Amino acid sequence: MFDFFKFFSKEESSSKNIAKERLKLVLIHDRANVSPKFLDMIKGDIMKVISDYMEFDSDEIDIRITRVQNEDSDYTSALIANIPIKKMKKIGKNPG
Amino acid sequence: MGEVYVITSGKGGVGKTTTTANIGAALAMEGKKVVLLDADIGLRNLDVVLGLENRIVYDLIDVTEGTCRLKQALVRDKRFDGLYLLPAAQTRDKTAVSPEQMQDLCKELREQFDYVLIDCPAGIEQGFKNAVAGADKAIVVTIPEVSAVRDADRIIGLLASNDLPYPQLIINRLRVDMVKRGDMMNIDDTIDILGIDLLGVVPDDESIVVSTNKGEPVVADGNSLASKAFRNIAKRLEGARIPIMDLETDDSLMDKLKRLFGMGKK
Repeated sequence: MFDFFKFFSKEESSSKNIAKERLKLVLIHDRANVSPKFLDMIKGDIMKVISDYMEFDSDEIDIRITRVQNEDSDYTSALIANIPIKKMKKIGKNPG
Repeated sequence: MGEVYVITSGKGGVGKTTTTANIGAALAMEGKKVVLLDADIGLRNLDVVLGLENRIVYDLIDVTEGTCRLKQALVRDKRFDGLYLLPAAQTRDKTAVSPEQMQDLCKELREQFDYVLIDCPAGIEQGFKNAVAGADKAIVVTIPEVSAVRDADRIIGLLASNDLPYPQLIINRLRVDMVKRGDMMNIDDTIDILGIDLLGVVPDDESIVVSTNKGEPVVADGNSLASKAFRNIAKRLEGARIPIMDLETDDSLMDKLKRLFGMGKK
């Protein structure tokens, strides 16, 4: 919802909001690192979904959460998945 | 059968020891039998905060190594009926005790006390692992600053992987004036980020420094805000539904309107 007061009171630039925004970003990264299981769980689910469409070597899949720079040269967290494809399945071309 | 709480924070200097001492004293004032266990081996401080430093004979390591019986190492606080301290060893390090030994110790203590409060050392290494090993529940202390909140978040994750998935939060040293100016994260901001239940909020209060200087828990002095906050926390642990003290931490609609028209202070 549009916060009328926030907009006009320039609260966005108060130091507590800067703190909050910085914390939110840094915690995305921290939390992903807390449990080594976390990325494995994501990896497992992604594999489950894409295995209907293509063949790949599960050992070659590289999934990580990393910080990337956007157009405004601000840092933000992104989930990067690198999945080398061995072979596409013909599921799209040949329905039924 | 008593309950074992570990009081932890990740970051040092946010008030774990003061919180442990005051919740313990407040619970004793409620008529409970309480033991405070200092798990910060090598850097003990719970004894000085409580003003019991001159009464220590044996310590936690003496108990786990069998040099003395548990009862001999417990220091009774004469000012608070039912409050006891099990001091940490000062001349040893965190490896002098194992998580298994801590579990056994907590098991023995919980049979004799209503509450066992463990003052956890800062950090996430051996000392943390020892302190959480025997606990049923965890209390996370933080202050509304980025470094403390970040470390609290990390600790919450580590507690979950140590079978302590629902810790409760204490926001310590909240400065109402700074929150009003928008220069300190408020209660909602902090809960929003950490996503755990709030147990209490303790305002920044000079009386804490004064009482620590004297070695007297601040809850003994009924008038200060911090004293009231700690006593409320103890009552909540006892199951009472006491609302968070009104510290005017958030701007009212009127304040926002005033600021909007440039009438209030910035």
